Amino acid sequence: MNSFFKYFSDIFHGVKSLLIGMSVTGRYFFSPGQIVTQQYPENRKDLQMFERFKGEVILIHDANNQHRCNGCGICENNCPNGSIEIISARVPGEDGKPKRIIDKHIYHLGMCTFCGLCVKNCPSNALGFSQEFEHAVFDRSKLNKVLNKPGSSIIKGVE
Amino acid sequence: MTFNIYDFTSFTTWIDQSLNSLMSPTLALITEMVIIGVVFLLFYAVVGLFLVYAERKVCAFMQNRVGPNRVGPYGIFQTIADFIKLLMKELVYIKDSDKLLFNIAPFIVIIASFMALSAIPFAKGLHAIDFDIGILYVIAVSSLGVVGILLAGWSSNNKYSLIGAMRSGAQIVSYELSVGLSLLTIIVLAGTMQFSEIVEMQSDGWFLFKGHIPAFIAFVVFLISSTAETNRGPFDLAEAESELTAGFHTEYSGIKFAFFFLAEYMNMFLVASIAATVFLGGWMPFHISGWAGFNTIMDYIPPFVWYIGKTAFVIWLMMWFKWTFPRLRIDQLLTLEWKYLLPINLVNILLMAFLVLMHWHF
Amino acid sequence: MKEIVNLPVSKPEEEEYHINMGPQHPSTHGVLRLLVSLQGEIVKNLKPHCGYIHRGIEKMCEKDTYPQIIHLTDRMDYLSSHINNHAVCLLVEKALEIEVPERVQYIRTIMDELTRIQSHQLWWASFGMDLGGLTCFFYGLRDREMILDIWEETTGSRFLQSYNCPGGVMQDIHPNFQKKVHVFLKTFKKKIKDYEKILSGNVIFEQRSKGVGMLTKEDAISYGITGPSGRGSAWSCDIRKTEPYSMYSKVHFNEVLRYECDSYSRYMVRMQEMYESMNIIEQLIDNIPAGDYAARMKAVIKLPAGEYYQRVESARGELGVYVVSDGNKTPYRMKFRTPSFTNLSVLDHLSRDMKIADLVAIGGSLDLVIPDIDR
Repeated sequence: MNSFFKYFSDIFHGVKSLLIGMSVTGRYFFSPGQIVTQQYPENRKDLQMFERFKGEVILIHDANNQHRCNGCGICENNCPNGSIEIISARVPGEDGKPKRIIDKHIYHLGMCTFCGLCVKNCPSNALGFSQEFEHAVFDRSKLNKVLNKPGSSIIKGVE
Repeated sequence: MTFNIYDFTSFTTWIDQSLNSLMSPTLALITEMVIIGVVFLLFYAVVGLFLVYAERKVCAFMQNRVGPNRVGPYGIFQTIADFIKLLMKELVYIKDSDKLLFNIAPFIVIIASFMALSAIPFAKGLHAIDFDIGILYVIAVSSLGVVGILLAGWSSNNKYSLIGAMRSGAQIVSYELSVGLSLLTIIVLAGTMQFSEIVEMQSDGWFLFKGHIPAFIAFVVFLISSTAETNRGPFDLAEAESELTAGFHTEYSGIKFAFFFLAEYMNMFLVASIAATVFLGGWMPFHISGWAGFNTIMDYIPPFVWYIGKTAFVIWLMMWFKWTFPRLRIDQLLTLEWKYLLPINLVNILLMAFLVLMHWHF
Repeated sequence: MKEIVNLPVSKPEEEEYHINMGPQHPSTHGVLRLLVSLQGEIVKNLKPHCGYIHRGIEKMCEKDTYPQIIHLTDRMDYLSSHINNHAVCLLVEKALEIEVPERVQYIRTIMDELTRIQSHQLWWASFGMDLGGLTCFFYGLRDREMILDIWEETTGSRFLQSYNCPGGVMQDIHPNFQKKVHVFLKTFKKKIKDYEKILSGNVIFEQRSKGVGMLTKEDAISYGITGPSGRGSAWSCDIRKTEPYSMYSKVHFNEVLRYECDSYSRYMVRMQEMYESMNIIEQLIDNIPAGDYAARMKAVIKLPAGEYYQRVESARGELGVYVVSDGNKTPYRMKFRTPSFTNLSVLDHLSRDMKIADLVAIGGSLDLVIPDIDR
């Protein structure tokens, strides 16, 4: 007799638990306002990334096309996967001594793991992260970027 | 009681007579068959495409997502785009597969669901053929589809497919019993197997209400077992995506896969329309005996809309099952059938017979 | 080809056949290959073949300096990346005998627990999906998104954060951090009720998981099954309790133990752990002391020659980091004792004479992360 009741109580509890589960999905079905999906290409204009978002490494330039990088190579040494290559040049300074400036600050986006060590360890805070995240390109070579803009120079007093 | 529902019989007899006046009776018969075939093909395609879209939208909303929304407004052309993609895909031939069986398996599945569709009354007088053993015919024909699934699994030369097909075989052999017995419960109440008569009998209340407790139990059992029969919902062991990758149709690609896919949805439509016809009155509007005014208002809604609405409701229930529950294991599936559904069903038939004898139904 | 030759040769009367689950299979959650011998639907023998995503992280560590190693550990168990970072940082700090500021310890502990919650959320999602309840997957991912947003605001990354560094953390927490964590806790306490409604109490789920994959306490200890999987077998193996690090000795939380020893108990342990993690965060989040976010470190970190070992409780179990240093700025040898690898070893034992569907359920309940197995 006991097993007879157990048979029916099993059915009852089983059906009850199934209905509880269905109440959850049913509730979401009838409340589409709870949908959190972002409509990505449509919301592109007002899509705001967080200020610390690690999009890609950039060399921060000011309005006068000047940056703070003196080509010391600490970022290159700190990079775990060799994504940064510094090609520096020597030009005669104002006092006549040869002075080191960067010729090319090459950044291989395809190799970067966004660990942030270059930005953290830069002694003159020349590097930063941009909020750019749409990195897809048709050619791999386009991922090798030169970070210092053409014609840019170093801010006086940084070196 | 008389109702002012448009009878499609006058329309079909008009076509029949005009065709007969134009050509010989044999030719007229052939022409009629062709017309019906074309109409059913179109209906099949439209319903299939719509159901795929509906499923994706329903499941998206249940999962707190948006669902397809790229192709056309609200993504309504998504399935057409998918269909074009499937048409253009390569048909991959599997090494050491049984070519003949591999190729005809999808057709068997789709033909089985196609044949069963012919007995369904869509509106008053609107059915391809009105068998006097309609329910028996539908049960017999719709279970033919499993042959296609078994062949697909067997001929694919893939172990996953074979496991899926064998599961499907065990599943359908068991659940066919429950489907049949739950429909039998209603046949006991109705006293006929003819779909048109069953619908007519529900003019003063649907069988779900007329047969109250046993009819409701039969309805629930039918929902569960028909979900199992269509390889859907928590019973999709033949596909079992997380266990068997795609089960019996692992090796199918392109349009052949689309046939399986379409057949699954059409089977769902089929069992939903059987459930709607037998339990919820088919195309019969919602009538309460005695409320003449209310009944007349209900009659203004066309019967085809009633039929589609009820079918859509049952389909929605089945989708709700599928997108809520985890999948059963094969032994639990069989336990559910043989230890729970079948005994309940047998007792339920006795209960219904008793009810009918005592005239305790409405 | 060699592996195929070494297969256990099945006798024809036994009618065993083999299927490869993986490397591409929906339920292995990655590129794990399980060579399964089946008799009908019954699993007779199972051989895991790993190495499909072996990247040689241990070897790569040997050429990297200690701050650089951090970002590699993210990529082992990507679901508890912050905890992996934490382990290496603790090891370096222990070797150099550096006292990190209290603020750092608070931040790290909160981050660890957030990591544990999001890992368990993703596990819940994928476990539901393994059992065929696809809806679970979307609910889990949806709620996990809130934690990822909190991280993105503070650390700049959503997933592989590299937020820890020897001596502290990379940047201070964002001003919105505490507020957002509060919002998350409040929301998730409601949402986790849905989890329980849709899966925990469900009769189909109970049937699928109760009594499936029985792992006794003795077996758990002898196989070295740690983490929630071990605690589901009543083995008290929480490193946060036995060897407390950071703030764990100062907060109150329960070590969740279950005694049923099956997949269901492993499931319940993780569900309870989410509550415990939220409990820990609630104790800490309002009391983060002011101070530096990193201790001052030398520009080049050199560990004194010797051997060092540090273990932490990751979301999957005990993560051990072992370093042999010869006094240079790079380690001489680095070894990670990852929880998923040892947890994988018990899969064969658990799934013998069970059905294929059970194998999937057991694999899901062990919460394997494939890159953590292969490293």
